[in-house]
Amino acid sequence: MTETGAPKTTVDLAAEYQNSGVAEVLADLDRDLIGLAPVKQRIRETAALLLVDKARRELGLAQETPTLHMSFTGNPGTGKTTVAKMMAGLLHRLGYVRKGHLVSVTRDDLVGQYIGHTAPKTKEVLKKAMGGVLFIDEAYYLYKPDNERDYGQEAIEILLQVMENNRDDLVVIMAGYADRMDRFFSANPGFRSRIAHHIDFPDYSNEELLQIAAGMLDQQSYALDDAGSAAMAEYIGLRRAQPHFANARSIRNALDRARLRQANRLFTESTGPLDAAALSRIGAEDIRASRVFSGGLDVDRPTAKEAAE
Amino acid sequence: MRITQGCFSFLPDLDDAQITAQIEYILSRGWAVSLEFSDDPHPRNTYWDMWGHPMFDLRDAKGAMMELEDCRKAHPDAYIRVQAFDSTRGFETVMMSFIVNRPASEPGFAMHRSDYEGRSQKYGWSLSR
Repeated sequence: MTETGAPKTTVDLAAEYQNSGVAEVLADLDRDLIGLAPVKQRIRETAALLLVDKARRELGLAQETPTLHMSFTGNPGTGKTTVAKMMAGLLHRLGYVRKGHLVSVTRDDLVGQYIGHTAPKTKEVLKKAMGGVLFIDEAYYLYKPDNERDYGQEAIEILLQVMENNRDDLVVIMAGYADRMDRFFSANPGFRSRIAHHIDFPDYSNEELLQIAAGMLDQQSYALDDAGSAAMAEYIGLRRAQPHFANARSIRNALDRARLRQANRLFTESTGPLDAAALSRIGAEDIRASRVFSGGLDVDRPTAKEAAE
Repeated sequence: MRITQGCFSFLPDLDDAQITAQIEYILSRGWAVSLEFSDDPHPRNTYWDMWGHPMFDLRDAKGAMMELEDCRKAHPDAYIRVQAFDSTRGFETVMMSFIVNRPASEPGFAMHRSDYEGRSQKYGWSLSR
């Protein structure tokens, strides 16, 4: 900073970029997140804007803090929370939030159960989130149009007020499914105008999900063998067609169950000592035992009567 | 008469930036911040009224400053102090306390003397308004 010398007249953007540590966050983003090209693009643009804005401020060109509140829309399991966490780190390194922590809440944390309970509850959460990022998951539950006495409205009013008055102190990120968020924003125009960045998270393709599966296993020091990989690819295709598909989250659950089956298989079949490779190999037999290959869970399958109709 | 109790009370009143910096220090030590107010600054009056709950999970001073603002709005003519509570086992006590708001005119104290058994005298202090 120029505290003693003459005011700056030039700014080296490349040096700023290196010094701020933004490059690291963006590299993390590229490495850890598979797919999500449009999201990464938007984040890179946002980072560039903030960096330029910071440089402008150092030259005395811009005074006002840009609005940084965001909304993340997308289907379940598309990485909204993960990106929100990275966003907190990114904004912290750029100096737009002081502490860079993420407070993740849902309707239950904001809305009270009786009259006069909501305001202190919401304020409590906001105080906790000051200096960081407040992530409201499934934000549309805050607004219940069918019940005009719902306390959600009170929480919304407090939120709007803080989003406007404390722009320097915290960034609010709202997340939810695209169609319901659209309805939420049209019912609460105040939110739409206070949120500058709407980022849409696309579904993952089958190849991306397979990559994600390999990455998740790798983190836990497991690996799919070739047959296992082929089985996983087939699994993803089948699982997508079944109800309650939640992208990466479904994959994680599937892998958790595969590990369970692998442990069970090793336990029952092994006769001699096992090496590390055998302990970390997930084979086709662990994946193919899944109920997805036999048509999904019983509760989700149409009964014979329904199918006949 | 200017009341001097707690930290910094012989210094000029702290401004908001200085209070923020002190609260940042409190949070950096992992202490809980709380606000208390009272219109009776008598040194024997240990129990001031609490303004809300102690804030155990703050990360940034702004949260406490918002509460302070609200408290000042509600009690502009009261003494308000910030307390830092250390919940570490073995301490479990207030580690730091300082006044952040004073009434426009501070009351001061008056001394009373009364006669007692056997021609002895008793002295006491009360607020003079």
